[in-house]
Amino acid sequence: MAHFAKPAEGSWTEHYPELGTGPVSYEDSISPEYYELERKAIFARTWLNVGRVEDLPRPGSYFTKELQAAGTSVVVVRGMDGEIRSFHNICRHRGNKLVWNDYPRQETAGVCRQFTCKYHGWRYDLQGACTFVQQESEFFHLDKADYGLVPVQCEVWEGFVFVNLDPNNTLSLEEYLGDLAAGLVGYPFGAMTQVFKYRATVGSNWKLFIDAFAEFYHAPVLHARQAVADESRKLQAVGYEALAYRIDGPHGMVSSWGGMAPPKDLDMVKPIERKLRSGLFGPWDRPAVEGLDHLPPGVNPARSPVWGVDSFVFFPNFMLLVWAPGWYLTYHYWPTSYNTHVFEGTLHFVPPRNATERVRQELAAVTFKEYALQDGNTLEATQMMLESRAVTAFPLNDQEILLRHLHKTARDCVERYQNDPSAPPFSVRVPAAS
Amino acid sequence: MPVFPAEFADLEPFAPWALRTEAERYAMRLSASMDELQAFYDAAFPRLEAILAYLDQFELPELPDDARHLLWLVYSLVNASFPVEVWRQPRVPDSGAASLDAVVEPAV
Repeated sequence: MAHFAKPAEGSWTEHYPELGTGPVSYEDSISPEYYELERKAIFARTWLNVGRVEDLPRPGSYFTKELQAAGTSVVVVRGMDGEIRSFHNICRHRGNKLVWNDYPRQETAGVCRQFTCKYHGWRYDLQGACTFVQQESEFFHLDKADYGLVPVQCEVWEGFVFVNLDPNNTLSLEEYLGDLAAGLVGYPFGAMTQVFKYRATVGSNWKLFIDAFAEFYHAPVLHARQAVADESRKLQAVGYEALAYRIDGPHGMVSSWGGMAPPKDLDMVKPIERKLRSGLFGPWDRPAVEGLDHLPPGVNPARSPVWGVDSFVFFPNFMLLVWAPGWYLTYHYWPTSYNTHVFEGTLHFVPPRNATERVRQELAAVTFKEYALQDGNTLEATQMMLESRAVTAFPLNDQEILLRHLHKTARDCVERYQNDPSAPPFSVRVPAAS
Repeated sequence: MPVFPAEFADLEPFAPWALRTEAERYAMRLSASMDELQAFYDAAFPRLEAILAYLDQFELPELPDDARHLLWLVYSLVNASFPVEVWRQPRVPDSGAASLDAVVEPAV
């Protein structure tokens, strides 16, 4: 019943033998103690995507990012020299949070020429240097040069801004993201500046929501009613098979077919989709921007004519979905405890030229929300029952390979940290299996 | 005082659906009965092509107020299409405890 070719080993999972094929435990998702280890082993030491260059449009633009899992807040700012930098969001004088508005736990953004602490008025320029100390002569041998903001490693890949909180990190962002990201270089992310962003507090471990979006085995069942009845029956009878999976070091991707944009037969889709020529896969008509005609090699790696969407899981908590009709979606999963996290889903389109194009994007955004609400609610149900420990080993099929890989990667990171807290989270980059 | 352009006077009874934000539109959908959702859908869906042809005469950022209200009404129609075409109830089934808030949306 295989519709798409699998590797010579007979399955995607066995193509990556380190993953094994046995049942897996989700103890890593239901233990407060394990979560505390993950915070130190993973979130305090890996590259985390905190935004896009478009969020920092001009010199002085800044935003703050709450990184509860890593136990800090950072400020990310474009300096007067145009460079993007990041600092721990803390004043060097008495430890007050430097940049915030009204509510100290809420993120903020804006434009400024310098940072001024609300408490005693210490000032810092946008490169982090301390430039003013209130009543400086009252201090004892204080040299402002010793009291700059604490820098955080910050690098940009294809317009995505990342930070790494480990001052000893020696792996560049490009090296860290590896071959899967290299295969995306040149995609016109920068042209897709029309943004719809959604946020939810989810009652599950962060990995469980990545699990939900890293497999489509669930789609014909959980989302059955979102297709018209005949189509839904067909989808469920056929089941789901991906075009391809790729794993490279801590990261993975799944490439999926998508016959719905546009569908072969208009009766396959709902009336609103038929009328607006849009839906889950986005507006059917590709926008006219450079770079969509010849996609970079990492997109649709199987070069399938029925390709619909590629979902990249960049460890630990960043997913990037590139859709055939020419737009992209990001997911971020920000842990807040072992069984809660904040989910962010952000749709990026080429700005619409008229109302029709704008309404097509609205349908894609609303459809995303309808699907995500279905996905989100199963998570709390799963978390609850996993915590019962009534069952402790669970089978995963070949279409769930990325789950197996995600949990293994997280466990490997924790194990390496337990063995030697000063060792880097990824001792050697695992070369890509071809 | 009409909310929509004169050509769309027939949609005036549904003016309360012309809401600026996704949060307002989604809340309106959840508070509506299926009869109300169906009535709105039945009135607005057949007018969709005419509405878009009208709105497409303008540059998006320069939409006059009455046209912008019409665009918001279409956003609500998109939202209401799910209960009517798919769920047969205002809320996504089994989504009782789940929420997903729009925190950034386009200005127009």
